Amino acid sequence: MTATDTKPTAPAPERRSGELNVRELLRWTWRQLTSMRIALILLLMLALAAVPGSLVPQERVDSLKASEWKDQHETLTPIYEKLGIFNVYGSPWFAAIYILLVVSLLGCIVPRTFVYWRGLRAQPPAAPRNLTRLPSHASYATTESADAVLERARAVLARKRYRLRRAAGTGAEVGTVSAERGYLRELGNLVFHLAVLVVLVGFAIGTLFGYKGGVILVQGTPFGNNLTQYDDFVPGSLFDPDGMDPFSFTVNKFDVEWLTSGPRAGMARGFNADLTYTEDRGGPEKSYDLRVNHPLKIGSTELFLIGHGYAPVVTVRDGDGNIAASGPVPFLPMGPDLFSFGVIKAQDAKPGQIGLEGYFYPTFASVDGTPVNLGGNDVNPLLSLNVYTGDLNMDSGAGQSVYTLDKSRTTPVKGDDGKPLRLNLTPGETVQLPNGLGSVSFDKVVSWQRIQISQSPGKDIALLGVVLALLGLMGSLFIRSRRVWLRVTENDDGTVVEIAALDRSGGADTDAVLSGLVAALQSDRPSDREEPS
Amino acid sequence: MTDADWGTLSNQAVAAAAVVYFLALLAHVVEWSSLRQVDKARVLVGAGAASTETAQAPSQGPPEVAERAGVRVAMFGRLGLLLTGIAVAIHFVALLSRGMSADPNRVPWGNMYEFTLAGTFVVAALYLVMSRRYALDWLGPVVVIFVLALLMVAAVWLYDPTGPLPEALNSYWLVIHVVSAITATGAFTLGGMTSAAYLLKRRRGPDAPQTGLWARVPSLEKLDLISYRIHAFGFPIWTFAVLITGPIWAHQAWSSYWNWDPKEVWAFITWVVYAAYLHARTTAGWRGRNAALLALVGTLTLWFNFIGINYFSSSSQHSYAGASAPIGQVDR
Repeated sequence: MTATDTKPTAPAPERRSGELNVRELLRWTWRQLTSMRIALILLLMLALAAVPGSLVPQERVDSLKASEWKDQHETLTPIYEKLGIFNVYGSPWFAAIYILLVVSLLGCIVPRTFVYWRGLRAQPPAAPRNLTRLPSHASYATTESADAVLERARAVLARKRYRLRRAAGTGAEVGTVSAERGYLRELGNLVFHLAVLVVLVGFAIGTLFGYKGGVILVQGTPFGNNLTQYDDFVPGSLFDPDGMDPFSFTVNKFDVEWLTSGPRAGMARGFNADLTYTEDRGGPEKSYDLRVNHPLKIGSTELFLIGHGYAPVVTVRDGDGNIAASGPVPFLPMGPDLFSFGVIKAQDAKPGQIGLEGYFYPTFASVDGTPVNLGGNDVNPLLSLNVYTGDLNMDSGAGQSVYTLDKSRTTPVKGDDGKPLRLNLTPGETVQLPNGLGSVSFDKVVSWQRIQISQSPGKDIALLGVVLALLGLMGSLFIRSRRVWLRVTENDDGTVVEIAALDRSGGADTDAVLSGLVAALQSDRPSDREEPS
Repeated sequence: MTDADWGTLSNQAVAAAAVVYFLALLAHVVEWSSLRQVDKARVLVGAGAASTETAQAPSQGPPEVAERAGVRVAMFGRLGLLLTGIAVAIHFVALLSRGMSADPNRVPWGNMYEFTLAGTFVVAALYLVMSRRYALDWLGPVVVIFVLALLMVAAVWLYDPTGPLPEALNSYWLVIHVVSAITATGAFTLGGMTSAAYLLKRRRGPDAPQTGLWARVPSLEKLDLISYRIHAFGFPIWTFAVLITGPIWAHQAWSSYWNWDPKEVWAFITWVVYAAYLHARTTAGWRGRNAALLALVGTLTLWFNFIGINYFSSSSQHSYAGASAPIGQVDR
């Protein structure tokens, strides 16, 4: 590197060895941090640190899986929670590694950019005194004059897109040609590293200002885009709800194709949610077929179809004959065959609140008395529910999920046989509950769709960053950067031409380059064609 | 031909390709054993000629033995390469008919069995293409054993009858993303093999006798260079697959371009390890042995991601085993 003679590199004699003042310590730390060795170690640490997040479920990726995992591992959970293992990619130690890596990258790239800038405007370096000391060199004798050889060498190298050092007529440079090519290699390298920063910026913008939310929408129910409508909502820390696009939409029709034969029988495909939407309040109504892999973009928000299921339409009447609960209730699928679980709450029922909990079979069948579900298509729907009465605990103030029933203050309703009552209902069927509690009707079944709605600002910046990084990477990998020097000396027998090549990218076959150059120099003899000058 | 016929053809072609790969392996084994005879002849010459100081030249030996063995080496080497070429052609037929057996026809990489079939094909085909350019013929037996073993794994454990694609895979990105990922995987696998050869040769030390197979493995510098070039070929393609096409597709199908899904995490880890490899090659104290070790670590992470993570993690949206949740996952 550049001049270091103004400061002592070794401690002054009166100080004990190893003793550094603050400035030296800082400089030492900076040097270490920006050294290639530390950058390498940080890269490997980054790889290693990413591992636990792939083995332990992550809260921000799949909160359900994470909480299940926590239930199963009682001893590990508190330790992991302290270490941030459930949120590895947002944890301070993960951030520490990539921030250090970015600092190291900057510390390396910024000085190199200046060096590159100077190098770009500088002449190729003068020929070394002794070309034969370079690992790759050749020489040949010729009867031509030195000037003719030099002239042609410059022409040949220029044709091969080398940049030539201005011919200098003084000192040791007499009779030499210096050439360099492959300047774009280092440029590619710099672009790659700076593009990594661009990607990080884009990613950070998305994480800070974006959001991702999901909603389960029963077919035909309108959705207006504001916070209260979402089932789950994960905003970035700087997300501004006022910036949400004021659209609304309704799923009118949902198509799905169930495979009934072949090795994938039972698999569903061809999901298509036919929806109408308006971009602004009072705007014109448009329609769109929302399919997997074909999101709908409204303003800066995008809608994705990511799940579907069934919502039985159930009417609960209480002991007085009044409707206590009515409407479609989404049941959550337990697997790809849409065998689903759900609850129905009738808190206004009198004399006692009624809670229903159970399963929905899209294609019910009884095999030797055991109820089974044969497939996801609603060929033979059946609703199988247990009944609870008492206090559903819905006034306790604590938010209660619509998909779970708090049974702590209820009693299971028993049938005539003294066993807990199980209602098995097909569409159109109504069952009277015992003890004058009321009745339950299964009117019909409709489908629901899970729509993911997200805003990911900065994604174009991130994409631009990776594309730039790829281009820079290819430049830095495939462009060869090399220097060539040539020196002619005239003696009594004629002219001796020495030529040497130095590959700066490492690992290139300079000997082949050299022999190619020598061949080109010799084949361009003036005997073949007249020199212009 | 009906879809079922195509399916049968594909299965038969896989079996046939495996048989021809095995024949290629046999040819290479004969080639190896003949190499030993060349060495023996050479040793005999060396011993006999010690007094007259004309050692080391195999052609001066009991010439007929060395020459015969030499001819056999060349012949079986070529035969091995030829058989590998035929096997790759049959392998291609297996892939093609697998795609034709689906209704509607599709690219033959929709599940683990098909990925493995396609991945091994790329390894073998890249080997054939590069064997001329980088004089990789010495690597033939290793490649053939590797491909054969993985084909067996695919046929025995991963086999799945042809079915239509799950909805989320039904996109043209399946072609772009998976072709690039599999091509890079093939290149990195070859690079891992040359790096392993580098480490083994280095372990033997510079003074070890250069006999048998080792005589045909290039010098350490050359091995390092070959490994670097293969990795330099694979790394941009991997970048394209993992950091460009992957996120674009993920954004379309799953609504966010980077989900920290286990498959994504391991693809990222692999990328970082290979980035470290490329840096290590230019860093004092890391080039050579440590760089080659990093390349091997990269190969391990790559293949762990390709197969292993599907069995370790249940939460991956990339888990292709069996039927998945209806469309995506309903995480509540």
